[in-house]
Amino acid sequence: MPTDEERRQIEEELKKAAFKQGACVDALKIVQRHRGWVSDEIRGVAGMLDMTPDELDGVATFYSLIFRRPVGKHVILVCDSISCWIMGYETVREQLKRRLGIGPGETTTDGQFTVLPISCLGACDHAPAMMVDDELYLDLTGERIDEILEKYR
Amino acid sequence: MAERPLTKDLRPDRVPLSLKEYEAAGGYQGLRKALKEMSPKDVQKVVTDSNLRGRGGAGFPTGQKWSFVPMGEDAPRPKYLICNADEMEPGTFKDRLLMEGNPHQLLEGMIISAYAIQADVSYIFLRWAYKLAAAILERAIAEAYENNYLGKNIIGSGYSLEMYIHTSAGRYICGEETALLNALEGKRATPRAKPPFPQVCGLWGKPTIVNNVETLSNISHIVTNGPHWFNGLSPSADTGTKIYGVSGKVKRPGLWELPMGVTIRELLEEHAGGMRDGFRFRSVIPGGASTEFLAEEHLDVKMDYGSVQKAGSRLGTGTMIVIDDKTCPIGAMHNLEVFFARESCGWCTPCREGLRWIEQILRAIENGEGEPEDIEVLEEQCRRLGPGNTFCALAPGAVEPLQSGLKIFREDLERHIREKKCPWK
Ligand SMILES: Cc1cc2nc3c(=O)[nH]c(=O)nc-3n(C[C@H](O)[C@H](O)[C@H](O)COP(=O)(O)O)c2cc1C
Ligand code: SF4
Ligand code: FES
Repeated sequence: MPTDEERRQIEEELKKAAFKQGACVDALKIVQRHRGWVSDEIRGVAGMLDMTPDELDGVATFYSLIFRRPVGKHVILVCDSISCWIMGYETVREQLKRRLGIGPGETTTDGQFTVLPISCLGACDHAPAMMVDDELYLDLTGERIDEILEKYR
Repeated sequence: MAERPLTKDLRPDRVPLSLKEYEAAGGYQGLRKALKEMSPKDVQKVVTDSNLRGRGGAGFPTGQKWSFVPMGEDAPRPKYLICNADEMEPGTFKDRLLMEGNPHQLLEGMIISAYAIQADVSYIFLRWAYKLAAAILERAIAEAYENNYLGKNIIGSGYSLEMYIHTSAGRYICGEETALLNALEGKRATPRAKPPFPQVCGLWGKPTIVNNVETLSNISHIVTNGPHWFNGLSPSADTGTKIYGVSGKVKRPGLWELPMGVTIRELLEEHAGGMRDGFRFRSVIPGGASTEFLAEEHLDVKMDYGSVQKAGSRLGTGTMIVIDDKTCPIGAMHNLEVFFARESCGWCTPCREGLRWIEQILRAIENGEGEPEDIEVLEEQCRRLGPGNTFCALAPGAVEPLQSGLKIFREDLERHIREKKCPWK
């Protein structure tokens, strides 16, 4: 079931929506912001949105940035699209692997980091690029990545 | 110096213009003119006469698109205007600049466009990753409401408009305009069958226009300065300016607003500073991941819709990706198809299954495990995924770099297969 706070925030979003279902991505994001991921408890949110639990799950599983499985405390999204690939995506992936011991799709055993691939971040003139949580990092090199990881430890 | 209406007011430090600064630079004059002196049909006519074509990739004439919206008392309500700010095509980063640098230019364009089709509600459909743009646009929308450029009875004109931001949650397909409508309705974002077209039956079944950020950012300038001025901005058959971009191993990757129709060579050499030392030009994808590769012989092609098409590719988003001689072209083709295979929404079988297959064959060839017959299979897939076989343009777009790559990188493909390894590794 959603917590009172989640419920309050979802109701806030519903005020802006022409139809309740239109707020479902916002509702999923609210749950994810509170819990880090969207557990099976989304089924309890569906009613607020005039949706069946399966309809809501169908939307949740459609999006790459709604997590239906637990992720680490920090999510590292590494752009693997063409400009970043040309400019050194593999260096980024390898450096993360060396420092964290994980590749794309994996979470560190201490639950601190999850690394995920993401499509073009719209920062191709500063490739290679990645995001950590909501923060965008550009012109990545091995050393830059070490510095960035330090900030999150 | 050529005029740069879209970017002339951007500050060098990229701090967005506040409403006051935007007004001081002449902002919201186009909106005043439209609301006070022009009927919605007048605005439509000016935009039609400007010959503005959509900057989202397909190049559809904007005025013509608007003309399909039912007008008058009997038109279904509410009507919607949507700004497509999903910008997820690999290699494309132009809309970000416009939203982060001058949000009110976009808002003014949206309000005028909404007035032209008599929309009641407008949305900005923004991709998840654009956190800074989201914050800047939120603030700009609040300022616009405070100053009665949005809301009820806008600056005393009798016209009213609400505006909301919807931030998405990933998936390239959400930028396809009918998938975008499903996304906004809170459904799985698969495209819709057309017809009916969104102009008549769009968001929640009501008339809806979807336009790109750059398209909409042009509107206030067209209304203020007139269609004749807009036509005169460019020496080529296509009008206005274009935000061009270059990424890859060039000296100065970046974005430039230039008259529509500059040559690829001018962009690469004068603006992007040429190739980095030690790298040679090999090929270019002119307008984002879903456009055909062009080769050295095409460097003098003009970057306008007609000229790029004649050369066998598409202007697309006008943001080009340069492939250098130290980058394996088969690896590049594979990277592009990994993207398309991953982002396919899975709605139609040729796209869902075909792209996965294409991706795996290219992976095998890249790893030196390809067979001579593979090239034929790839050619066959280009036909199967071509226009007319799928619900949306993702699949035809995905095979554009493939079919052109099969031609211009033929030697390289055959060499990978023959030598059973990647010569670049
Ligand atoms: C798979 C796919 C993704 C698309 N993504 C975008 C996008 O992110 N932004 C955009 O403006 N248009 C995108 N388009 C094009 C839109 O469907 C639509 O043509 C465009 O938003 C219309 O705006 P315009 O007429 O101003 O160009 C995409 C098309 C397809 C097939
Ligand atoms: S072509 Fe691909 S992306 Fe488009 S609707 Fe079909 S499966 Fe979905
Ligand atoms: S390709 Fe990585 S940011 Fe565009």
